[in-house]
Amino acid sequence: MASINTQAVTIGVATGAYGISFGALAVGAGFSWFQAMTFSILMFTGASQFAAIAIVAAGGAPVAAVLTSWLLGIRNGLYAVSLSQRLNPKGWLLPVTAQLTIDESTATAISHEEPDNSRPLQQAFYRTGIAVFLFWNVGTLVGALGVNAVGDPSDWGLDAAAPAALLALLWPRLSDRTARVTALWAVAVALVTTPLLPPGMPVLASALVALFIGLRRPSCG
Amino acid sequence: MWLVVVVGSLGCYLIKLLGYVVPQDWLAGERCNRVNALLPIALLSSLVVILTLSGSSGPLLDARLAGVAVAAVLLVLRAPFLVVVVAAAATAALLRLVVG
Repeated sequence: MASINTQAVTIGVATGAYGISFGALAVGAGFSWFQAMTFSILMFTGASQFAAIAIVAAGGAPVAAVLTSWLLGIRNGLYAVSLSQRLNPKGWLLPVTAQLTIDESTATAISHEEPDNSRPLQQAFYRTGIAVFLFWNVGTLVGALGVNAVGDPSDWGLDAAAPAALLALLWPRLSDRTARVTALWAVAVALVTTPLLPPGMPVLASALVALFIGLRRPSCG
Repeated sequence: MWLVVVVGSLGCYLIKLLGYVVPQDWLAGERCNRVNALLPIALLSSLVVILTLSGSSGPLLDARLAGVAVAAVLLVLRAPFLVVVVAAAATAALLRLVVG
């Protein structure tokens, strides 16, 4: 399980740097440090948080900020549907599992998927989710209190590290032909729809690829 | 301000929660299992591309693409996760340092 822990901590540290950035930007947009923390604890989904504060900072309507954060959060709901049977959270674990359902935890989870054993997938999901939650919130607090020790995350290449990490986690799944075809079509849909749709929608549009291929092919996967 | 924080957060949380309260019966069956297995692959694949290429106004080719390309080569060479991620970051950071 060493590899799961390495992945969880690596992703946690990288997201933590973005947390610092989020905290600083939130305060810059006029939120208090306490509001920035509430965002990171309650909303806990980076894309939605960054989009919401960017709209507020640009003088946009609060309703627009709320709706955009929801739109960007929809993919988490789709991750939840996908992971629901394999994580099967019960009791107090359900609200916790829901909150930890984000890009990073899902990617690490499916990276460790095994045919008849959901333990590695579960360990990967929870360890990554908890690591990201801790680093993200500590980062937000540090950034919101004005201690911007790391500067711009892209100076450290972290804007390249984020997609590279997701790609590395997807990689083992792409040995399957159907998965590979799905990924390629999803990328094509994202590239075509990005100039046409608002942020968040291209990723959702690519979900239709999974629906189409999954329902269509009679015996594969 | 609190409206954005609280209403935005509650909505995002409920969306996550809703995914888990979909009755398991609805998700049973071979076709649903296939869709569920492919769903995160489609979402995350397009996310990789969007994170690599998106700019504030339209597509943007910059050091990120070089970083992710190096990551892809290392993945083909079966490099470990940490090496892949650090190499991607280092490539993008060094490129920016050199090119400015």
